[in-house]
Amino acid sequence: MKSTDLVDNDSLRTDIPDFGPGDEIKVHVRVIEGGKERVQIFQGNVIAIQGGGLQETYKVRKLSGGVGVERTFPKHAPTVSKVEVVKRGDVRRAKLYYLRDRVGKAARVREKRDF
Amino acid sequence: MAQKAIVGEKVGMTQKWVDDKVIPVTVLRVEPMRIVQIKTPERDGYSALQVTYGQRDVKKLTRPEAGHYAKADVAPGERLVELRVDNVDGYEVGQEISAELLAAGTKVDVSAISRGKGFAGTMKRHNFRGQGASHGNHKSHRVPGAIGSCSFPGRVFKGVRMSGHMGHQQVTTLNLEVVESDPERKLLIVKGSVPGPNGGVVIVRNAVKVAVKES
Repeated sequence: MKSTDLVDNDSLRTDIPDFGPGDEIKVHVRVIEGGKERVQIFQGNVIAIQGGGLQETYKVRKLSGGVGVERTFPKHAPTVSKVEVVKRGDVRRAKLYYLRDRVGKAARVREKRDF
Repeated sequence: MAQKAIVGEKVGMTQKWVDDKVIPVTVLRVEPMRIVQIKTPERDGYSALQVTYGQRDVKKLTRPEAGHYAKADVAPGERLVELRVDNVDGYEVGQEISAELLAAGTKVDVSAISRGKGFAGTMKRHNFRGQGASHGNHKSHRVPGAIGSCSFPGRVFKGVRMSGHMGHQQVTTLNLEVVESDPERKLLIVKGSVPGPNGGVVIVRNAVKVAVKES
C-alpha cells in the first residue's frame, strides 16, 4: 500500500483484461490525426510487464514486414480504448527478450493448452 | 507576498493522466485550518495569519499554549504555523480555511524544509567536478583542489565554496500548477515536485511572480 493510493485509485482502469508474458494481445490505440480520431490496432506478444499500480506498463512485440516492432503501453493509459487477449502463451519466464534474437518459426510463442 | 496561503503535509509523488498525457504530481494533504491569531501591521509590524490544523490532546499542552488557544477559543491542533499574507481583511479568529482556497489551475509557490544531507563534500554540495580516477591520482578523487592563491593574498577569500552542512533549509519551488483541489478528501494535488521528505510540512501560496507579471 502506497501513501498516494488514495489519488491513484481514481485513475486505475478496471476494464483491462488479465494477461501475462507470452500472451498475444490486440491493443486498440486511439490516434488523433488531423483533428480526427481513429483506432489503430497493435497486435503482438506481451514480452514484458514492468512496474506496479498506476505506473504499470507492458511491452508488446510484433513483426511488421519482417522487422520486429516493440511498443510499451502504460496499463492504465486512457489512450488505449480496449485490450483483447487473442491467445494465451506457454512461457517459462517473465521477460521474453530472447525472442528478439530469434527469426522465423523459432520466434513463435507456444500456445497454452489446458487439459 | 501572497494573498492566499495554506499549510499542508507532503504525502508523496505519483502520476496523473490529464488530457491523454501523463504528468508528474505531488499529493499534499491539507487539513482544514483554524485561525488562532491575526497579526496586523499596526500591532505587530506585519500582516499574517497564525493557524493550526489537526488535533492535539488538551492535556499535553503547556500552560502558555493552552492559554493561547483558549484566548482565540479554537481547538488546539498539531502545531501553530504563521502564514504571511498581503492583507488580513476578511479573515477573523476562529475562521476555517480549507484546500478549496486554491482552486485547480492556479499557480502556486510551495515552501518546505528540504531533506538534510548532513556534512557533504564539494562535489555533492556545489557540483564541483572532482578529479580523475587514474593518471597517478592518489587519494584526491573527490577533493575540491585549489582554494586560493600564493603568498599574495596569503589567505583564503571569504565565501569560497567548501564542504559543509547541506540541506535542511527552507526551499521554495516557484510556479507550480494546482491540478486538483479536493477539500472533501483534504487533498491538494500540484504538478511537479515539492521540497522535503514525505510527511513534511509544506506551505502553499499564490505564486508571487505570476502576480507581478499580471499587475
